[in-house]
Amino acid sequence: MPPEHESPLQSLTATNVVIVAGKGGVGKTTVTAVIARAASRDGRRVLVVELDGKPTLDELLRNDVDSDSDSEVESEGESDGDGADPPGGTLEVVHISAADALDEYLRDHGFQRIAKRLNKTGVIDMVGTAAPGIDDVVVLGKIRQYEQSGDYDVIVVDGPAAGHAITFLTSATGLANAVRSGPVRTQSDGVIELLTDVERCQVVLVTLPETTPVNEVIETAFALEDDVGIQLGPIVVNAVDDGAALPDVAGQDAALRGMAGVDGDVLRAAASFRRARRAMESNEIGRLANEMPLAQLHLPARLVAGLTSADIDLMADVLAESVTASVTESEADRG
Amino acid sequence: MADLGAVIDNSSVIVCCGSGGVGKTTTAAVLGLEAARLGRRAVVVTIDPARRLADALGLVDGLAAEPQRIELDSRAGDAPNGELWAMMLDTAATFDGLVTRHASDPDQIERILTNPLYRNMAGAMSGTQEYMAAETLHTLHGDERFDLVIVDTPPSRNALDFLEAPGVLARFLDHRAFKLLMLPTKGGLRVLGVAAQPILKAIGRVVGSDVLADAVAFFQAFAGMESGFRDRADEVVALIRAPETSFVIVASPRHDTITEAVWFAEQLVDQQVDISAAIINRTQPAFGEGTAVDARGAAEAATGELAALWHNVADLRTLREAEHDVISPLGDAVGHDRVALLPLLDSDVHDLDGLYTIADHLFGRS
Repeated sequence: MPPEHESPLQSLTATNVVIVAGKGGVGKTTVTAVIARAASRDGRRVLVVELDGKPTLDELLRNDVDSDSDSEVESEGESDGDGADPPGGTLEVVHISAADALDEYLRDHGFQRIAKRLNKTGVIDMVGTAAPGIDDVVVLGKIRQYEQSGDYDVIVVDGPAAGHAITFLTSATGLANAVRSGPVRTQSDGVIELLTDVERCQVVLVTLPETTPVNEVIETAFALEDDVGIQLGPIVVNAVDDGAALPDVAGQDAALRGMAGVDGDVLRAAASFRRARRAMESNEIGRLANEMPLAQLHLPARLVAGLTSADIDLMADVLAESVTASVTESEADRG
Repeated sequence: MADLGAVIDNSSVIVCCGSGGVGKTTTAAVLGLEAARLGRRAVVVTIDPARRLADALGLVDGLAAEPQRIELDSRAGDAPNGELWAMMLDTAATFDGLVTRHASDPDQIERILTNPLYRNMAGAMSGTQEYMAAETLHTLHGDERFDLVIVDTPPSRNALDFLEAPGVLARFLDHRAFKLLMLPTKGGLRVLGVAAQPILKAIGRVVGSDVLADAVAFFQAFAGMESGFRDRADEVVALIRAPETSFVIVASPRHDTITEAVWFAEQLVDQQVDISAAIINRTQPAFGEGTAVDARGAAEAATGELAALWHNVADLRTLREAEHDVISPLGDAVGHDRVALLPLLDSDVHDLDGLYTIADHLFGRS
């Protein structure tokens, strides 16, 4: 068992590698950015790994990352007042694509002359099909290389969507079964060693406080524990409505007594809508706690239709300041 | 508001596309439910339905690959001929069926189906899922039980994946690697000795010689089938691009999914594919006529619980206004009259009741 940690931020960043995973639309990239931001503010040297080729993470971490992506920017000189990092905190974003990683891998392993020709003839596609998972394994191998370099305290990986997360994380085991020797086998073994070492690697699952995402995260959690033997970190419940308290129905009726016409109906309808949403969220959070004996962390919903780096800063503050979340405590907060 | 009833009336195929997590499967099911109400015999093909939605649609494990008729009650209207069917795409079984149809003899079928590389490709190769979805669409289109096929596409960053997927196997067999492996001899095609090719030797050293042997056997097994696959792919693409096929883009009211939806729309327009509608799921409902600023003002003028109630309205309106700003570029891309908004409900949608509720909203009955 890994050691107990005092704060949510500490437990989220207790391993060298943190893989953030979840189904599309649950805010996996947001959570990646929040963890990375909070950890770098805490004085850690952070590397964010992005696998989809999307620029979102660079935008969300803009305060810390130079507009030329892939380049390191020390965040010590940051001038946003209270957000100044302790000395040593850094944040870097790197984009890894399977094709580039495989190409680099071949070059590094003495196939330099042939790598170009393999690419041109499409043999690399064929190899990817012949040995499925080889692309995932070289990506994970690249992450392991960063981990071994000692240049970073924590590497936060914006993982693939949940369905693919399982294939991604089981790729090395599958490949190791298919390939008995050679450099690919060595690579797979190294990756398996990293993934199953509870001191070095954990998966942080992200979900929303709704029925379908909660069902899916539970399925994914069991599949990852059974098939990969990987350590699961806290579950992050994203976009929890922790907004201002609403009066209960009796209080509402008292407040609206004597109010004529449309306004009363609007206030009543809006309050009952939000109460129903909050009740559903509470139920789902409670159900998740019952079915998954993992610590939960809640990130607040923001009143925006697209997050900016300012929202990430704010959520990083919430994460840094939160004490270890217990479900009962968070349920009590909800009206 | 987009006239989705007309889209259903005028189509024999509807393709729902959009990024992951936006409610594509639910939307496809709702369109199917409405089609049945309008008297169509509709079949919905889903890729990866959430379990409870699959249960609601009667897609229990094991029955998945065959269309299942869904019992509808009076809420689905009283059109005498309306029917709703649903099935889950079984990528590997569909691929096996395709191989069986194109192979020349049972021995060839056997050699292909048992080849490890083929098994990997049928299960995992990128593009295979899109390819098999398109293939299934074509098969169901020719099935007399149905007059409307609604297909939920795999989540993909690229809208063109679905248009191009049917060519994936033909292209794979067209690969230069294939040509390297198969050199003509006087006895027809034969596999070149592995040792004779430095490039193959190099691959073998990286991935192991077993894997390489499977690859060689794979290409050998497929010999002669390339043109059959190519012709079939051409037919499938022709159906996807036919006027009777409608594309519906599904999105959620968030900056990132709208950006992807706009990108999808632009790619389809470039390919002269018309987008019939864009459906935005889970938008904040309206509460009253005023703006968020009005409500915030009222909150500040009030005290106690009344202030809290006004702040709540202000919050909900703030989010609604932000969503409208974010959605606007998609309207610019597909035409504002083709955008339909569905409200966020006060409960999760995962059963037939939920689908009826959404259908009522989408078709103006609520």
